[in-house]
Amino acid sequence: MRRGRFTGYWLMLPAVVWLGLFFVIPFLSLLATSLYDPEGSVLTGYDVTYRFANFTDALGEFWQPLWRSLWYAGVATAICLVLGYLLAYAIAFKSGRWRTLLLVLVIAPFFTSFLVRTLSWKLILADDGFIVDALQTVHLMGEDGRLLATPVAVIAGLVYNFLPFMVLPLYASLEKIDGRLIEAAGDLYASPTRGFLKVTLPLSMPGVVAGTLLTFIPAAGDYINARLLGSPNQRMVGNVIQDLFTSTGDYAAAGALSVILMVIIVAMVMVYIRKAGTEELL
Amino acid sequence: MTGLQRAGRWIGDHLVMAAGILVLVYMFVPIAVVMLMSFNDNSDSRNVYAFRSFTLDNWANPCKPDGMCDAVLRSVEIGLLATVVATLLGTLAAFALVRHSFAGRSAINTIIFLPMASPEIVMGSSLLALFVSAGFGGRLGFWTIFIAHVMFCLSFVIVTVKARLAGLDENLEQAAMDLYANESTTFWRITFPLVFPGIAAAALLSFSLSFDDFIITNLNAGQTVTFPMFVWGVSQRGIPMQVNVVGTAMFLISMFLVLGNMLATRKRKLVE
Repeated sequence: MRRGRFTGYWLMLPAVVWLGLFFVIPFLSLLATSLYDPEGSVLTGYDVTYRFANFTDALGEFWQPLWRSLWYAGVATAICLVLGYLLAYAIAFKSGRWRTLLLVLVIAPFFTSFLVRTLSWKLILADDGFIVDALQTVHLMGEDGRLLATPVAVIAGLVYNFLPFMVLPLYASLEKIDGRLIEAAGDLYASPTRGFLKVTLPLSMPGVVAGTLLTFIPAAGDYINARLLGSPNQRMVGNVIQDLFTSTGDYAAAGALSVILMVIIVAMVMVYIRKAGTEELL
Repeated sequence: MTGLQRAGRWIGDHLVMAAGILVLVYMFVPIAVVMLMSFNDNSDSRNVYAFRSFTLDNWANPCKPDGMCDAVLRSVEIGLLATVVATLLGTLAAFALVRHSFAGRSAINTIIFLPMASPEIVMGSSLLALFVSAGFGGRLGFWTIFIAHVMFCLSFVIVTVKARLAGLDENLEQAAMDLYANESTTFWRITFPLVFPGIAAAALLSFSLSFDDFIITNLNAGQTVTFPMFVWGVSQRGIPMQVNVVGTAMFLISMFLVLGNMLATRKRKLVE
């Protein structure tokens, strides 16, 4: 197969050109946009004035939705980690011949539209729906209490939508663990809990890191859950960027906010990966 | 092991499985609701978020809501086109990465990894920024959506095909060559059939990513309406129940394809 010295380059070229033209260059273009003079408009065009004040302006005006996004995404990721670990562990170690079927079921939610599924949460959490009714019957919730338009609904939606992204990498790393290592821990009189904490959990760290990243990143940028399940009080940074680009047409502020989001995420990813000690992931 | 420990272990074993199943149920409740609502008759009600009575009308007249079937068709067109291009380019790139050595590998790996790790809102707004500054601001539509979809599908195709290719036993190809098969025969008779399940999985993944994308598409679509954009539009007013018909049909068709692909792979394994 290793014919010419350059075959590899030729095979690689189209994909790299596409990603270069439509992923790398757009990002540079976004950087330029974030330095636009905010006085321009889509019709008259913008001047790149290297106006770094766009960043401080955007932070000053929109720090709340930005902070809220990171906070919601963090909580959703933590819940996904617990639920996802349970499911991945059950599939990897306890499922026997049902394993493949269970894995298909994990990805099955992707097969219906993301929006349609999120809308069906609106029905499940509705004010006269059975969950609210049940909670009111057992007095966990007041008579006029509601779930829709609360942070709970938005976070539940985020957990639901990004859970498969947590389960799959967790499963992949749990499945690779040599069962004999866990048995060895037991032979050396480690309790099951201790065996889990000292053997299984450390060995599954690459999956934990990959899963939390794959959950946190899209959750932090999401605005669909906040819009469909929340109220204006649950606006996330994605909602703001979307509105600035499409309704307000304030490209400079929208660009600056996107760049800020990207920088925060990249910085967090770097710190996190260094802390977790799995640099080979990249 | 004492009886107490044994009991503890039994509970531990089954508790994990029970918890796992509960998590799966949580993942399936909304899908069940979508399926149920596709049979909902709410023609005389304004509340679209409650089940009224059973009907087959929604399935009989799926195209009743204005513009929905056009939007589905548009999404299928874009999805198919983007899938073909992304699968082709991605497969070539995966072969390059696994089978050939070249300079700049780590830079290329980073470029492939980054789209999967960027928030969609950032990728979408970057592309919009590029299109606007290149003077395409007024010509957003089918082709700009297509470009965006190929872009975000590519990385997933490369990763999927690469995984399949890396697990392939090169001895099989050697054996074919030893039996005087030339390179192209070896490729088409040995390599390609073995990698095909990976390519098929990648294509399925691409299509469902493309068909389902909203955030990036919404920023770069101009006046073109895809199915997710249609759903978004009507979600502000009140969703027609036919949306659930499309959701259910999509689910059933893709489950069918995935299980088919799975069974075919299993059969091939048995033959080997």
